[in-house]
Amino acid sequence: MTEPLLCELSQPGRQGVRFPEPDVPTTPLPGSLVRENLPLPEVYEADVIRHFTRLSQLNYSIDTGFYPLGSCTMKYNPKINEETARLPGFAFIHPLQPAETIQGALLLMYELQEYLKEIGGFAGVTLQPAAGAQGELTGVLIIRAYHTSRGDVKRTKILIPDSAHGTNPATSAMSGMSVVQLASDERGNINLDALRRECDDTLAGLMITNPNTLGLFEEHIAEVIDIVHKAGGLVYGDGANMNALLGIARPGDLGIDVMHYNLHKTFSTPHGGGGPGSGPVGVARHLVDFLPAPIVDIVEDADDENPPLYGFVTPSKTIGRVKSFYGQFGMMVRAYTYIRMHGADGLRKISEYAVLNANYLLARLRNTYNVPYDRGCMHEFVMEGCWPDAPNVHALDIAKRLMDYDFHPPTNYFPLIVHEALMIEPTETESKQTLDVFADTLIKIAEEARLDPEVLKTAPHKTPVGRLDEVKAAKELVLCCGVEYVDNSKELAPA
Amino acid sequence: MFIPHTDAEREAMLETVGARHVEDLFADVPARHRFPKLNLPPALTEMEVLAEMQSIAAGNETVRDLVSFLGAGAYNHYIPAAVDAILRRGEFYTAYTPYQPEISQGTLRAIFDYQSLVAALTGMDVSNASHYDGASAAAEAVSMAQAQFRGKRNRVVVSPSLHPMYRETIRTYNPGAEISVIGDGVGGGPAVGLKSGPEALIPLIDSNTSLVMVQYPDFFGRIYDYRSLADAVHAAGALFAVATNPLALGLLTPPGEFGADIVTAEGQPLGIPLSYGGPYLGLFATRQEYVRKMAGRLVGETIDNRGQRAYVLTLTAREQHIRREKATSNICTNQGLIALAATVYMSLLGKHGLRQVAELCYQKAHYAAKEITSLPGFELWSKDPFFHEFVVRCPQPAAKINEHLLDHSIIGGYEPGKDYPGMENHLLIAVTEMNTREDIDLLVDALAEVSND
Repeated sequence: MTEPLLCELSQPGRQGVRFPEPDVPTTPLPGSLVRENLPLPEVYEADVIRHFTRLSQLNYSIDTGFYPLGSCTMKYNPKINEETARLPGFAFIHPLQPAETIQGALLLMYELQEYLKEIGGFAGVTLQPAAGAQGELTGVLIIRAYHTSRGDVKRTKILIPDSAHGTNPATSAMSGMSVVQLASDERGNINLDALRRECDDTLAGLMITNPNTLGLFEEHIAEVIDIVHKAGGLVYGDGANMNALLGIARPGDLGIDVMHYNLHKTFSTPHGGGGPGSGPVGVARHLVDFLPAPIVDIVEDADDENPPLYGFVTPSKTIGRVKSFYGQFGMMVRAYTYIRMHGADGLRKISEYAVLNANYLLARLRNTYNVPYDRGCMHEFVMEGCWPDAPNVHALDIAKRLMDYDFHPPTNYFPLIVHEALMIEPTETESKQTLDVFADTLIKIAEEARLDPEVLKTAPHKTPVGRLDEVKAAKELVLCCGVEYVDNSKELAPA
Repeated sequence: MFIPHTDAEREAMLETVGARHVEDLFADVPARHRFPKLNLPPALTEMEVLAEMQSIAAGNETVRDLVSFLGAGAYNHYIPAAVDAILRRGEFYTAYTPYQPEISQGTLRAIFDYQSLVAALTGMDVSNASHYDGASAAAEAVSMAQAQFRGKRNRVVVSPSLHPMYRETIRTYNPGAEISVIGDGVGGGPAVGLKSGPEALIPLIDSNTSLVMVQYPDFFGRIYDYRSLADAVHAAGALFAVATNPLALGLLTPPGEFGADIVTAEGQPLGIPLSYGGPYLGLFATRQEYVRKMAGRLVGETIDNRGQRAYVLTLTAREQHIRREKATSNICTNQGLIALAATVYMSLLGKHGLRQVAELCYQKAHYAAKEITSLPGFELWSKDPFFHEFVVRCPQPAAKINEHLLDHSIIGGYEPGKDYPGMENHLLIAVTEMNTREDIDLLVDALAEVSND
């Protein structure tokens, strides 16, 4: 891998884009406030295009292969989404424009709120949170505000199953809550006795992922929710696994009080190499007044001659805003496009095939890999990446070896309650052929683990780089380009 | 459409699974809630959905259809074609978080380039891989200061000319009594005057102050030398945070040179479309000594087992997936693709281009200010230096003036009276390189019609 860093490409005097000369009379610059040196690289357009194109070729992506990454829902991202989000009427509108000039954007946000309410079974939705983690923060702050508004200030305890994503406890702590972890039972459900023991008058709520991170639907979901509600707590649903439930069950109907959606998982907006996500939050009737401000509503009803007028409203007990403006609007356009292309039947089909694909892979692999909670699965499942007769091989080695066969590895070492976990989520967009090649490959790797474990221990072999020295990275901490840019400070002195 | 299965394949797969119907796979879902009938409009084909989306988009008037002088935290700038050419690469936009470095060097190295550029631009030692936007980055600065003092200092001083949305977000993130946010008078705390200059904050700083946060250029476009304020903050042992506009730093002294410990920014001006407020980009940079207290992803340089230079997410022990409730933040994503856009933008413009576009904004804004204030009844609200945004006091309520301007196909300035009582007759006007002299003259002519001569 020889691609240099951007800073190493810099040659004094180059410039990738130029701007017109000022068409106005000039004013002196604010002398003492002008910087003396701007140490940015000097490159031209083809340098930039080649540099970043070559970097892109070092990436694995959905567009290049199968991404069975558990709990991440790496489904195919439709190309039409990219076209609609870039329509000038969406891309070139300022967030503070007068409402009458952006009725299209407000209509889209209003309808998306309505669609998400319908899909999740909720009474209200905010589109503002920027990602799943911020959706969680919004939800827990709503729970906190709900109890506080009732004078119930000692409710600060949040219960979280031991199979939960790390964001759940981190969010609760960030919201000033204390966290109590709940054990799972032998079937992968929440342990009801443990739950009952913690349900006292300090309970603020329970954060639950359903299906959980084992890919299992909580068998006692009605009872779990009932226990929490009877103790005066609220139930937060982590919507990360909503791809299993579209048209299958509505979390709001099950009794979930508040839940975030991940538009970048369930509704096909691209992951972008780590963002932007988008984490709208749905709430039941009794929490609508606490939603972040603003939300979109109809401020003047339609009449015979005019369409409705859309505008922003502030919920009466709002927790406030969690970010600038209204959310990741470009992601909303993509998700809206996706929902419109599916309708009710199409959405249900997504979850049906996501679950069929996962069960098919599970059926093909359960004789080769140990599956600790094997009672059929929803959209994903977790198996162990180790065998008693191959003692030196670990889940990590299997994950790395998969790269040599052009697959992205599954999520590994999560959830924490499974030893050497490999968590596989195929999504609905993969064909039987792809799943078969993947299953065959995992079976072949299981053979290699016995016959030639070294080839796994030293994998990957065919990738642009091999295994990395992560200790060195954390210890020496080189976090930006060490090359000094050529100092042209004189040239940049104030005019 | 996006589901490839043929009927025959579905049946073969069900047989392998040992189920007769797909419905059988959902036996664990309570029967009375299973398979709800969703009330959604019927499905559209790609051809139909594009037509519908075009029709909805046509319900918006863009800053290209109209002449716009709106800023207040989001700015209309030129985005070179090469930026979107890179963003359109599926290898970037359909990749996941680079947790598997062997097959994610593209994303990792692009983030490393981004961190390098942000550190250079802000004059700081290190940058993280980005936050959601300017507001959440500001809130993370408060959390970082709290972590630095382990909760022993619980007062945050904010300038009233820090963006109102940033201040609101800081308060949403900190709803309890554990931290008090003062300086802007919101919630009854002490406040300094909008025109009293940065030094007015100094009397509010004491040994209980964890963080002092200002904006540069401030919400009203003004630029101040914050050196003496920074010295006072440090004398009290607190941290000094500066929320900035990265494009302005093409021209202005970087906060790292006047004592900032934390620099946050709304990165949208760096090649990100206005897109009705998002997705945008939260820049976050700090000094080396605070790197372990900083939230968010970080990419570090190392070597692989073949001896090659390579890049990897590092210091992950701070993060939620390892530390859970003890993490520095719950942040899980960054704004990966948007950070890439900013990286490509900064690369293309580089040392000279960024300076050029910043100067263009400065020059055009100053021309506009001079022309507008030559009209009777209009005057600059502040005499302090400004970058590309300024407040004018108008002879009539700003809302009324904006209505008049819209009749002339001009989106006027932001109305600061929405956030600052008493400023109902003021307009906050932003001018960028996208505004031609003709645009500005059009604005001035339209304003002349409402001037009180």
